[in-house]
Order: sequence, then C-alpha cells, then structure tokens
Amino acid sequence: MSVKSTAARSSRGGAKRRGGAGAQPPLVQLLTPEGERVEHREYSIDLTPEELRGLYRDMVLTRRFDAEAVTLQRQGELGLWASLLGQEAAQIGSGRATRADDYVFPTYREHGVAWTRGVDPLNLLGMFRGVNNGGWDPNENNFQLYTIVIGSQTLHAAGYAMGIAKDGADSAVIAYFGDGASSQGDVAEAFTFAAVYNAPVVFFCQNNQWAISEPTEKQSRVPIYQRAAGFGFPGVRVDGNDVLAVLAVTRAALERARTGGGPMLVEAFTYRMGAHTTSDDASRYRLDDERVAWEAKDPILRLKAYLTKQGVADEAYYAEVDAESDTMAKRVREGVRSMPDPDPMSIFENVYADGHSLVDEERAAFAEYQASFEDHQEGAAR
Amino acid sequence: MTSMTLAKALNESLRHSLESDPKVLMMGEDVGKLGGVFRITDGLQKDFGEERVIDTPLAESGIVGTAIGLALRGYRPVVEIQFDGFVFPAYDQIVTQLAKMHARALGKIKLPVVVRIPYGGGIGAVEHHSESPETLFAHVAGLKVVSPATPSDGYWMLQQAIECDDPVIFFEPKRRYWDKGEVDTAAVPAPLHRANVAREGRDLTLAAYGPMVKVCLEVAKAAEEDGRSLEVLDLRSMSPIDFDGIQASVEKTRRLVVVHEAPVFLGTGAEIAARITERCFYHLEAPVLRVGGFHAPYPPARVEEEYLPGLDRVLDAVDRALAF
Repeated sequence: MSVKSTAARSSRGGAKRRGGAGAQPPLVQLLTPEGERVEHREYSIDLTPEELRGLYRDMVLTRRFDAEAVTLQRQGELGLWASLLGQEAAQIGSGRATRADDYVFPTYREHGVAWTRGVDPLNLLGMFRGVNNGGWDPNENNFQLYTIVIGSQTLHAAGYAMGIAKDGADSAVIAYFGDGASSQGDVAEAFTFAAVYNAPVVFFCQNNQWAISEPTEKQSRVPIYQRAAGFGFPGVRVDGNDVLAVLAVTRAALERARTGGGPMLVEAFTYRMGAHTTSDDASRYRLDDERVAWEAKDPILRLKAYLTKQGVADEAYYAEVDAESDTMAKRVREGVRSMPDPDPMSIFENVYADGHSLVDEERAAFAEYQASFEDHQEGAAR
Repeated sequence: MTSMTLAKALNESLRHSLESDPKVLMMGEDVGKLGGVFRITDGLQKDFGEERVIDTPLAESGIVGTAIGLALRGYRPVVEIQFDGFVFPAYDQIVTQLAKMHARALGKIKLPVVVRIPYGGGIGAVEHHSESPETLFAHVAGLKVVSPATPSDGYWMLQQAIECDDPVIFFEPKRRYWDKGEVDTAAVPAPLHRANVAREGRDLTLAAYGPMVKVCLEVAKAAEEDGRSLEVLDLRSMSPIDFDGIQASVEKTRRLVVVHEAPVFLGTGAEIAARITERCFYHLEAPVLRVGGFHAPYPPARVEEEYLPGLDRVLDAVDRALAF
C-alpha cells in the first residue's frame, strides 16, 4: 500500500519536473546529446556535409554574437540584452527551415532566427542600445520587428498568413513565442483564427522552461504542444537542442502549411541557460544543478561530436569558424560603439504616415525651444 | 444629391471602397450574412464574397491583431467592433501594436487599418452599449480619431479614413444611424480632420462632434428665439483636433462651450479649453465651459437622458458663459 502510493507520488513528481527525464512525453530527436544519429518514424532528414557544417557555423556565430552582446551590456554599451544562450538549435534549425518568401514574426530573443534571415546583427542591437525601437525594414528580409508585448505577434502572424491564403501564394508564416506567452489570450486567439481560416502558419514555441522566474508548470497543466489538439490542428514536441530534429520538424510543418494543411504547433523543448535578460538574476529562483544538467545537452557540442565522428568537419574547420566569429564580434563591437544617438527632433518622425497637425505643432515648438539654447550659448560666448 | 440615413451612407461608403480597391477588406463579428448588428455592412458579403467581407471569431483582440497582419501583407482592413464597450479586449493590440508599428519601423511599413466603433448613448441599451471612449484613443500617438455627425460626412469621412495610410479609429454615433440627410456622392469632400461650421453665429461658439452636433444645432435654434446668435462647430476629428478652426471661431464669438457625451474629466473638452485659453487668452470674454458626461459609470438606460448633455444642460452652460 505504502509502496504503491509512493510510486504514484514519484511518478507525478516526475511528470512535473522541469526538463527532467522523468515521465516527460516523447519528443522528436534525430541526434542524441552524445551526438549519435537516431531515426524517427515520422521525421527524417538528409543533409549534405556542407549543410551540416553550415548549421554548426550558424550556431557558433549566433552564440558568439550573443556573448558579445552580453559583454557590451556589461560594459554599458547596451541598456539591456536578452540572451538566447542554449536556444541556438531551436532558432537555427527553425530559421533554416524557412524560405525567402516566408514571413517570420519573432519575439525579442530570436537573434539566431534573425541571423538565418540575413538580418544584420547590428540591427538587432539598436533597440537594446536605445537608439531606436526596432528600426529595420521588416520587408527586407521578411522578418518582422522584435515584439516585446508577450504573444502579440502571434496574431499578426495569423493575419499575415490569412493574407497569403487570400493571395493564393504558397508562402508560409512562422510565429515565435515562449512558454510564458502560451498563457496569453492573444496566443489562444491566434490559434483560433489560424484554425478557422486554415491559415498557413507554424506556431513555434520555444519552451525554455522559464518565463523570467516562473517555471512552465505555472503556465500549463499539460505539455504545451498538446494544446493544439483543442484548436483542431496538430502539435509536436521536438528536442529543441537538436538542430537536425528542429530543422526536420519545422520543414515538415511549413511544407504542410504551404500545401493547404493549415496551422501546426511546434514545441521546441529547450533551456534558457542564462537569465531572462541582463537585468535578471536567475540564482534567486532556480538551482544551478538544473542548468548543469542541461549543459550536457548543449546543441553545439552534440552537433560538433556528430560532425567529427562522421568526418564531416575537423579541427581546422572549427578553428576557421572560431576565427570568423571573432571577426564578426569585432565588427559588432565597433558597430555598436559608433552608433550615433538619435537627433532629438527624430522623436517627431514617423509618428504618422500621412502627417498630423498636433505633431507638426509640437515639433515646431520644440525646435524653437532647442534653438533658444543655441541663442543663449552664442550670447554667452560673446 | 440623395437623401439617405447615416447607416445607409456608411454602407454605400464601404461598398464604394470595396469596389474601388481590391485590397480593402471588412472584418468583424456578424458583418457577413447579418450585415452587422446595425446593418452597416448589409449586403456586402453577398456582393463581394466571404473572402473580402469576413465573419470573424468572437475575439476583438484577434480581429485587430489579424487585421494588423493583413495590413502588413498589403491589405487595407476595415474592422467593425460591435459596440463601444467591447473594444477593450482589442485595446492592447490597438495601443501597443497598431499605433506604434509605423514609428518602430522608422516609417518602412504602413498600417492602413480602420477600426469602426458604434458609440454613444441614447438608445436605451444595456450596459457596455452606450459609451464614448474616444479620448482613450485620441491620447495615443499614432492613431487618428474621427467621428461623423451627418450622412454626408459618414459617406465621405469613412472613405477618407480607408484611404489614409495611418490607423484610424472611426466612431459612429449610433443614435444618429437612422437620421436622414443629403449626400452628394459627386462632391469634393473637405479634408478629413478639418472642423466644419455647421451653423454660423456671433455671440458664442458651441463645439461638438458626433451625436452632439444635432443637439447643439437645436440649442442654437432655441437660443435664436432669445435673440442670441450661436455658432455651431462640428469638430469631426478628435485626433488631430482642428485648433485653427476653433480659434478662428472663438476670435469671432469670444466665448466657447464644448459639448460631448464622454465624461468631462480629462475629455476632449479639457484639451480644447487648455489650448484655446493659450491661443485666445485676450479674445475670451468667459472661461471655456464644458458640458458632458459625469465621472460615473454610464448609467442605466432609464436615467441616461439625465446623464447625456441635452438641450437644457447645454443652454445652461450657454447662459453661464454669456453672463460672464
């Protein structure tokens, strides 16, 4: 009797334990943490050596860029940074699954996805430095501005996908969000709209286990991917630290969307290795043991192990990528430091596309006020 | 010239927009077969199809949020919120996303979305169906806020709002939906944000918009019998406000009373009073007075006539301003 009840308790505890092996539902995996290639009955992938090396390079460069941004924040060059450390495979795998004509709706942590879309890394730093609130042209790389209000962008993604369907195009949309965002009403509404209109959108949830200080069990009583069933479309959990599995699953989901299959939810099971942002202190709410356990599942190390074993890449290649990383980081560092502060008058720019008399009036008054200081300075100089 | 109701004028306006621009879409709850609860989209789905006149799920944030996505794809969505009090689930999308996205992209993208909201009281409705939340939108940079008072303005201003590359919150005075007026569909309309002198006068200016313009015209008529000449200014736009137009009128009449259904506290009238005091300090013979709703929840229908500014309350303010 007592043995039985202990077993029941421990089983439930296992299911609720974050990121533990316990009784977690199955996830799609093609590359084990040790770098062993495994097959999956539903998802497969066959990449050329060049493609495999490319994924490694993407992840290393992304991690290097992220580390550089953290450093720049610590040195006062950025006001804030949201690190993606640990989520490189989830972002590179899914980003590399998109086509140029697809459209991406990110949160504020999708630095790796931005990289795969060809967005200049320097563009991502503008808002964190405080020189703009986004600043890039979303249509240049079909990569929408970072969205800070949690979950809002999933509705924009659903709407954009509805537009693609109206146009009869075969592009698809991918909407990024996190485990915390899965609690937002906007995400539920995005699921509803996408399902009702059969919109070609992939909802890509990076479950990094933590919404600032709140673990996933504070967001959901069921694994997040299972929520899709209630909306009438499939959901799948993928090993978010396995770049091959993420690429395979996202490709399949996007292909399904392109061919009229409608929306799909992909839950990339991963881990936020760093704090929420540079302003956060993760030691206040989680044990370091957990992070250490996830270190063993590192997305870059496992791909590197596989590449080495397969003879696809060698130390010379790794050194080459490291050198490229350093060059990129140097460019980023210099680029950030030389970013000019915006002209105060730019506050009044682009508030409206068609103009607004109040903005005109305030702009003129502020310009006059600014000019009055110049007069005083000239007077003082005299 | 054709005589039609405001509701019909809005319907004709939407029809014209759907005909002239294939990117224009209608979205909202019950806008399809039903034609909307006020029938403003009556017959449009039948003629333009379900792809362009879209019955949406019952989720206001979803309606505006997906409209933003459609706008990013190149469409010009015209969204219907069923009643004023139901816009708040969409308020987050309107304020944090729709209003700011153009600026965040440094002007690289445009958000030509129109949000139509039937607003105001006087129809004996249950709660959340009679409110006037225009100030909550006018306060937000990036949005434009307008309201027609007549069928002619309903016809023209809605088309102008749809053609505008900025998000426009379009408040429709629901108790005037069934009032008739002349509409000249071949006219050259006035600019969207310019105030209109609805009646000329010499002694005092009544500034109003939407449902209150009619009340102010009745007040002016009543005052005329007492030998007072009131000018009625139909503001038409709450963001931007045509302060030049108000100033020109006040410099002539030297007295101003602002009238709206929305609560007086921090309302459109408060902003107008402050700006006109700055601009016309030496012209004013009396402080700018305001007549509007109280700092209380919109009351039950059986007492709404006491809450809403009517002939007597506006005349009382006119008397006080003239007695100064």
